[in-house]
Amino acid sequence: MSATTLPLSVVNNPRPDRWIRFEPGRTVRLSVGKVEIGQGVLTALAQIAAEELDVGLDRIRMVSGDTGAAPDEGSTSSSLSIEVSGASVRLIAAEVRHRVLTRVAQRLNCAPEDVAVVDGAFFHGEVPTGHDYWNFAGEVDLGREADGTAPRKPVAQYRVVGTTVARLDLPAKLTGAAFIHDIVRPDMLHARLLRQPSRGARLAALDEAAVRRAAGGELRIFRRGEFVALVSPDETIAQRAAVAATLHAAWDNVRLLEPAQQEAAWLVDQPSDDRRHGDPPADVAGEVFEGRYSRGYVAHASIGPSCALAECRDGHLTVWTHSQAVYPLRNSLANVLGRGLETITVRHVQGPGCYGHNGADDVALDAALIAVEIPDRCIRVQWRREEEFAFEPVGTAQVVHVRAVLDANGRPSDWTAEIWAATHVQRPAMGGNMLAHEALPQPAPEPHITDPAEAAGGGGTRNAMPMYDVGAKRIVHHLVLRAPVRTSALRGLGAPANVFAIECAMDELAEHAGEDPVAYRLSILSNQRARRVIERAAAMAGWQRRGQAGSGRGLGIGFAQYKNRSAYAAVVAEVEVERDVRVNRVWCAADAGLVINPDGARNQLEGGILQSASFTLKEQVRFDEQGISSTDWNLYPILRFSEVPEITCELIEANDQPSLGMGECTIGPTAAAIGNAVAHALGTRIRDLPLTRERIAAALLK
Amino acid sequence: MSVAFEVNGRTVSVRANETAPLLDVLRNELGLKGTRYGCGLEQCGSCMVLLDGEPVFSCSREVGTVTGRRITTVEGLSDHALVQAFLDEQAGQCGYCLSGIVISAKALLDRNSAPGRADIVAALERHLCRCGTHQRIIRAIERATASIREGAPA
Repeated sequence: MSATTLPLSVVNNPRPDRWIRFEPGRTVRLSVGKVEIGQGVLTALAQIAAEELDVGLDRIRMVSGDTGAAPDEGSTSSSLSIEVSGASVRLIAAEVRHRVLTRVAQRLNCAPEDVAVVDGAFFHGEVPTGHDYWNFAGEVDLGREADGTAPRKPVAQYRVVGTTVARLDLPAKLTGAAFIHDIVRPDMLHARLLRQPSRGARLAALDEAAVRRAAGGELRIFRRGEFVALVSPDETIAQRAAVAATLHAAWDNVRLLEPAQQEAAWLVDQPSDDRRHGDPPADVAGEVFEGRYSRGYVAHASIGPSCALAECRDGHLTVWTHSQAVYPLRNSLANVLGRGLETITVRHVQGPGCYGHNGADDVALDAALIAVEIPDRCIRVQWRREEEFAFEPVGTAQVVHVRAVLDANGRPSDWTAEIWAATHVQRPAMGGNMLAHEALPQPAPEPHITDPAEAAGGGGTRNAMPMYDVGAKRIVHHLVLRAPVRTSALRGLGAPANVFAIECAMDELAEHAGEDPVAYRLSILSNQRARRVIERAAAMAGWQRRGQAGSGRGLGIGFAQYKNRSAYAAVVAEVEVERDVRVNRVWCAADAGLVINPDGARNQLEGGILQSASFTLKEQVRFDEQGISSTDWNLYPILRFSEVPEITCELIEANDQPSLGMGECTIGPTAAAIGNAVAHALGTRIRDLPLTRERIAAALLK
Repeated sequence: MSVAFEVNGRTVSVRANETAPLLDVLRNELGLKGTRYGCGLEQCGSCMVLLDGEPVFSCSREVGTVTGRRITTVEGLSDHALVQAFLDEQAGQCGYCLSGIVISAKALLDRNSAPGRADIVAALERHLCRCGTHQRIIRAIERATASIREGAPA
């Protein structure tokens, strides 16, 4: 393997001893830069290391996301952890095994192939050698860079990878302290924030006496510019102070919003950075189909508000965070605080599911700013629920206009997707700002608005290029530069809106051609793995029973390969529509190549389906003049237990293929499947998400 | 002032303002971190505890109102069949909502030893799960029901 084909994480961290150490008690420390965000990745990475080293899974001790102790693997995002970190762990573990066995073989005067490893102990033939990783690794240089040439175990010999194992982290989370919120440090102080309502807003007055009265105990009010922290040894007091402070603060220069800005349609005709991708424009003759689809702003809406701890002792700042990106966060903190990188350690601690870039990075800066001001104390900041809803970045609204020129058989011969969206990624390391930075006396510059490059899967353009066999395909992408609210990465980025548009258009084209939607798709789809998941999902759902449109019951399908390069997923949804949509059943077939932990993978498919059903049926961030107004669970409802469909998922066996990231693969197909099922049930199409009662009523009146 | 009540079978006396939320007292005075802050608005269920056997939101319940009463948190259920059933079903993703859900499930199984799916759904209707683990959670409660019938600790 040449250096250019090494996985990115190995290129950036080529020393095996940065990843693997043999520790006392016959344990193996595996350090990784990817972090657990509820997706089960640490368990899967432990499986890969155990497999390649031939040690028991219970011997692996995971260290993750620590700038003092783990390799830099950037951000845990974009369904890349198994593809990139998994491939890296496999390569590094193979390298370690090979180096150690080569040295053992020299000692035994035999060939490395003649040495067998059983749970970390070395055997020559059937005979124990008395050597194992723990007493032999010291004789090998694990600091020498890996080059990817060590032989890796053939997949056919796998015993741990590809088998279902229980998540390592779940027992603690089920029964007690397990999250960043639960850390207790010596000399801990609790802090809450009075948030600047918008960039540029100035605190004209704060009735501190009223805040102190409401707090009812020891309270320190700390202000730097428009950043105001309420700090107390007692969490209840800090919380009460923050609630009171929002009521007793007067702000000037607040940016006001208009209600129309909460709708996706507002984005069209706003100033934008325009890019074209794909085939050049063509003047193709034929019947033209056009459809304009949209999705509103969507919140990550983590069940636990963001939290961070920070302490500054002897000039060194330590930050505990549930950010997806500890090394990038360290860079950003160093930049804002004007400190050297060597004076900051950032440690990941597991938090509630984030589903993308939520308030985790912002709250880390909040804590760090206070910790620098109050040294030798640990500052614990927890956002309030309404703060999380109002101030976390949200997933951008998106409009997708499909224009297809049809051939004589009603198949698209020319396809254009025109997209309007704000940025899908505004992480602090990628042009965005951490919230508190905008409130400081020298505020952050205006964010630099970009979107992920096409090579990284794109943002607004993610999955906008249909996989179907169409003569010419192109994207016109309008990256809207001044969004009404801060937007950033939410599970799938632009894929849900684009897949919804493509797959709804496919159903509309099938109907126009008078054909079955599955048969129509298969008639213009040559990718074999894509065909297989569609055929399988249709078979699982009993697609042939699908009846006439307009009965109030509907069956719909949606398909995509995430980013057109990761896992394939086809989803079929069965719905019932009266005043509301009820999703009764969902079937999914997915092909993720070699699957590390099948039950963990199914859990991700199921979770993606339900989260997408929630996005599709219920979710839209609402604005009023002051900003985001959907600031509690009544104003931002999500799917409840009584609304959950029965789900059946199947993984297509493809162990001979590389592992494909699959954490986000069902989001787009589920939205499309539900959209198509609702159209089938109603006999009329709704092209805008979410599929609310109001939209259903309006569609029925048409 | 000091407030005395029973937690997980143990009588405790804590110094706290009687208007402080029970949630804060459990977490910060008693170190019982399994009860979680989610919204403070009685809307999500992350903070659910048993009060004299009934599931209640602890986030806005004043601690002064539980004097002399009996509280159970998820730490008091570590041997309960529900916990093993949740692990057997791998009924969790991020896991933040689970401890509250286990509490409501415990209350359900205490009053109904053979709940149907509709009963389980009704018992969990005040709980939110953001990762989409609902189906596994329902299955875990069904599994716990069966294992308790076969003698597992309830």
